[in-house]
Amino acid sequence: MKEFLEGSIAVARVVKLCKPGVISAYPITPQTHIVEELAQIVANGELNSQFINVESEHSAASVVLGGSAAGVRVYTATSSQGLFYMSEVIFNIAGMRLPVVLTCANRAVSAPINIWNDHQDSISLRDAGWIQFYVENHQELADYHLMAYRLAEDKSVMLPAMVCMDGYTLTHAIDVLDMPTQEQVDKFLPSYKTSYKLDVDNPITMGPLADPDYYMEARYAIQETHKEVIKLIPKVTAEFSRVFGRSYNGLIEEYQVTDADKVIVAMGSVCGTIKEVINELRKKGKKVGLLKIVSYRPFPVSEIYESLKNVPKVGIIDRSLSLGSFAPLVSEIKAVFFGKNKKPAVISSFIVGLGGRDITKDSIRDVFGLMTSKEKACEFIDLKPELLKEEYE
Amino acid sequence: MKEIRIHARAGQGAITTASLLGYVYFLKGVYAYAFPSFGAARMGAPMNAFVRTDTLPVLLKSQIYEPDYIIIVDETLMRGFNCLSGLKEDGIVIINSKEGVDLALKPKQKVYTLAANDIALKNIGRPLGNTALLGAYAAATGEIGLDNLTEAIKKKFSGKIQDGNIAAIKEGYETVLKNKKG
Repeated sequence: MKEFLEGSIAVARVVKLCKPGVISAYPITPQTHIVEELAQIVANGELNSQFINVESEHSAASVVLGGSAAGVRVYTATSSQGLFYMSEVIFNIAGMRLPVVLTCANRAVSAPINIWNDHQDSISLRDAGWIQFYVENHQELADYHLMAYRLAEDKSVMLPAMVCMDGYTLTHAIDVLDMPTQEQVDKFLPSYKTSYKLDVDNPITMGPLADPDYYMEARYAIQETHKEVIKLIPKVTAEFSRVFGRSYNGLIEEYQVTDADKVIVAMGSVCGTIKEVINELRKKGKKVGLLKIVSYRPFPVSEIYESLKNVPKVGIIDRSLSLGSFAPLVSEIKAVFFGKNKKPAVISSFIVGLGGRDITKDSIRDVFGLMTSKEKACEFIDLKPELLKEEYE
Repeated sequence: MKEIRIHARAGQGAITTASLLGYVYFLKGVYAYAFPSFGAARMGAPMNAFVRTDTLPVLLKSQIYEPDYIIIVDETLMRGFNCLSGLKEDGIVIINSKEGVDLALKPKQKVYTLAANDIALKNIGRPLGNTALLGAYAAATGEIGLDNLTEAIKKKFSGKIQDGNIAAIKEGYETVLKNKKG
């Protein structure tokens, strides 16, 4: 049924339909309405779940780790500093092969203190072993939570999944979406069962010491599993489509790419604004397009190659930095094409919308305008030169 | 596509106003994307809320710089800040003001003022003029009907609050209609 809902509320209601047995969160900044709504849902008796309020995000992550190790479906949500405070546990969750689902309401990180949207928080944890989806709009944020559980809990996967949704632009915005029903969700997402869990009657050890004789194989196994996830995602999206009637590629989305001579690559809600600009430029006869990366981990190397190999000019939008080096997304896209015969003549790098700086249609027009035959190494869009002139002794 | 920008102070209910207006469009069967933009969460700080509506799903996620319509919930915001920036050539402004305001407008632009807080105080018992302003919006723009607004209020509120807000909407609507005729 079509509803008009705030992004955070939509997530909470979808998570409710997934019936997690344990939800844990730290309830203050940078938290969103997601766990507030879930706390209300549990308190109302609409969901039979243990909602565990804790004293920090480190504890919230630890509680869902424990819950998942005990064989229960779990959920948590956080952002920016909160995600960083979880980070030690985040790596453990992946290393222990626990199918935790976490929503990251993407926000900038300190310092300076900034509560607004960019991708620095989740991008900084890209190496943790989690599956990471970046969603564009309300429909996707609802749907990808369902697919995240389904993938994470698949016996061939058993890895955690993070659904990354832009703070404010999606979390605090109200939009129309088709809300899944309980019946549909039950059809798509079976209840969680695992053979490996903490059980006093059949004791096992989870997350033990792995000395140099064993550690590398554990890491290799995760790397290999991510290759399986790439193959599994199209199967899961196909099944999703059968139940819900909405089709996704799940790895990437191409928008007007086929005949384009300039293609922007981006992730998250900015893709909506880019599509709007593409529609306007196409009316003027400009051959422009968008490649949206949905699955950042695993990184869909061959899909990206196939999509961009014949595009003359590619511009990568990063909404985070790897300070002192190339931006994260551009370095990975360039790696896709190294040593290949077919490749874009130019791959330019653009930094857009850090710390909530509004990304306007002009910002995107600027990016397309700067995608010339001269490569841009790391071009910051919408910088204010007057602020860079200030000096302090 | 129509774009509406609301100017208010944090705590004056602009997010509720934007969400209610978006909901009215949604009930009419079109798409709407309503969102706030605020600084640090501090009561009284200037903030904006936005509604973008279209017959197709709304793709554009940026703030609104060239609105078709502007609603100013607190006229003191107009001191030292250009609340009308980017208003379309034939745009319409609705201002919550007791005294009325003198604005330099372009020939096709229109402004309607109403004492929305007084209307709210009378009908709801609190000086929160948002629903009266939405009634005024309906009359000034013709975008939505009084019936659409009433339906939205009935779905969102109940009891005395519902009755009060319906009365406030109606009075806001009629104030602007009178204004239009006069």
